[in-house]
Amino acid sequence: MAETASAGGGATPPEGEGRRDFLIIAGATMGLAAVIGVAWPLVETMQPSADVLALSSTEVDLSPIEVGQSITVKWRGKPVFVRRRTEEEIAAAQNVSLDDLSDPQSDADRAQNPEWLILVGICTHLGCIPLGQKASDPVGDFGGWFCPCHGSHYDTSGRIRKGPAPNNLEVPEYEFLDEMTIRIG
Amino acid sequence: MGLAHSQNKVVRWIEYRLPVFAFLDHQLIDYPTPRNLNYWWNMGSLAGIMLMVQIVTGITLAMHYTPHADLAFGSVEHIMRDVNWGWMLRYLHANGGSMFFAVVYIHLFRGLYYGSYKAPREILWWMGVLILLVMMATAFTGYVLPWGQMSFWAATVITNLFTAIPWIGEDLTIWLWGGYSVDQPLLNRFFSLHYLMPFVLVGIVFVHLWALHTHGSNNPLGVDIKRPQDKIPFHPYYTVKDLFGMGVMFFILALFTFFLPNYLGEVINYIPANPLQTPPHIVPEWYFLPFYAILRAVPDKLGGVIAMALAILVLFVLPWLDTSKVRSAKFRPIYKQFFWLFMADCVVLGWVGANPAEGHFILIGRLATIYYFAHFIILMPLIGWFEKPRPLPEHIGEPVLKRGAGGEGSS
Repeated sequence: MAETASAGGGATPPEGEGRRDFLIIAGATMGLAAVIGVAWPLVETMQPSADVLALSSTEVDLSPIEVGQSITVKWRGKPVFVRRRTEEEIAAAQNVSLDDLSDPQSDADRAQNPEWLILVGICTHLGCIPLGQKASDPVGDFGGWFCPCHGSHYDTSGRIRKGPAPNNLEVPEYEFLDEMTIRIG
Repeated sequence: MGLAHSQNKVVRWIEYRLPVFAFLDHQLIDYPTPRNLNYWWNMGSLAGIMLMVQIVTGITLAMHYTPHADLAFGSVEHIMRDVNWGWMLRYLHANGGSMFFAVVYIHLFRGLYYGSYKAPREILWWMGVLILLVMMATAFTGYVLPWGQMSFWAATVITNLFTAIPWIGEDLTIWLWGGYSVDQPLLNRFFSLHYLMPFVLVGIVFVHLWALHTHGSNNPLGVDIKRPQDKIPFHPYYTVKDLFGMGVMFFILALFTFFLPNYLGEVINYIPANPLQTPPHIVPEWYFLPFYAILRAVPDKLGGVIAMALAILVLFVLPWLDTSKVRSAKFRPIYKQFFWLFMADCVVLGWVGANPAEGHFILIGRLATIYYFAHFIILMPLIGWFEKPRPLPEHIGEPVLKRGAGGEGSS
């Protein structure tokens, strides 16, 4: 472009071809910039809006949850499992050899406080919600959760142990605001 | 020139199977166009561009809008405050509607001045009038969607027009409402129709262009093209001219969108719809004002509705009301003056439509309405018979060539 720009000034080829090239390139560049300038906001409108972003974190009061009990809370439209694990469940989760896992991850990496397990309750296979939150639910072969859609079994740390799901249940970003309150997101 | 004769392999492969490049050559690139078109001939392309702008912004807005009586107003505010760039989209769409009408009205008056409705372009003209009617329906249904006070009462007043129809009026209106007043069912179906009609417009525009390209554009002299040197290819001559016009139009649209976004709207529409209270002063958008004035000028319910409908329908028979054989007002000394008088009359009607129907506005409105119809039904046939047109040039190059040769220039 620099050459055509300079050619547009003085020493033009016959019939002002350099000038014409410059005008076409400059015009097309401005046109392209205009199209991008218009397309950008149009694409951006489909991103989450301000009111959706405002709901991106959820606080949960843990005090009503008894040992061995689970609750499900909604965070960004998704179910989040909050389980207060029993001693046996914690022990089962911690005593697994990483070699037995298809998505190796230690329980300590998944639970900030071993008593509390926080998981996004969405099967990593195709997005169903695994069973295991209620006492009457099937919990699978490893005592955690069982996805009824395609038969994935999760253990008491929410790790995939059997079935088609490729990954462990996701641990969302969360922090303890105090002993009995967490903020997810 | 000519894409169809390109040696590019991909082009040739496609062309052999679907001659899309030959079509583009014929209709957009080599398309022969009179060489003397002035800037008023930009308006057709500009109207097409505005239709595209409205469709693109409209589809995006529909992704965030909720057509429900309880939620619509809130969802528009959600667009304005929460959706990324939502305010810009909505202001572009609302002011884009005005821009669309502005270029279409200029396009229409261009046709009136240069006699573009005369043989062989009657069907082309009809398609244009049809486009105007569908545009009006689209604009009206769209105006109802924000479900503010003006939306609600505009919907109420306009749908009540149908009650004027004898015998079936009441039942027809209930059918239109899907209930006994303007409410959720109407809002929902208006949303559906508002989404549908722009695509109907695209279809009619296609027929409009088909008719146009059959005999080509009229021109400021209104003289048929007889010699090959009277024509120039559409590209690059008119693509560039239209692009320049597009720049000017987008400048004006941006001026309104970013600096005067609510100048053409009514503040009262930022109050949620209230079926129990009518605002003190109901006015339509500026592009409906002349027709609104005609509606109110007739002191009879049914008569007013008929007059308003006829104000547009009369355009369909215009090619036969105008008895002059000469197209362009350039060569019609009498008609030219009455054209400007008619335009002034339309402005007066708009001014009356914007004011309350009281006092002297009633009289002015009635006189302007009578003149509106007299222009078409009485003046146009009479002028055509009695006017002695100026001599027409032999071909469209003549006036310019004469001036170039040092003769007396007439333009």
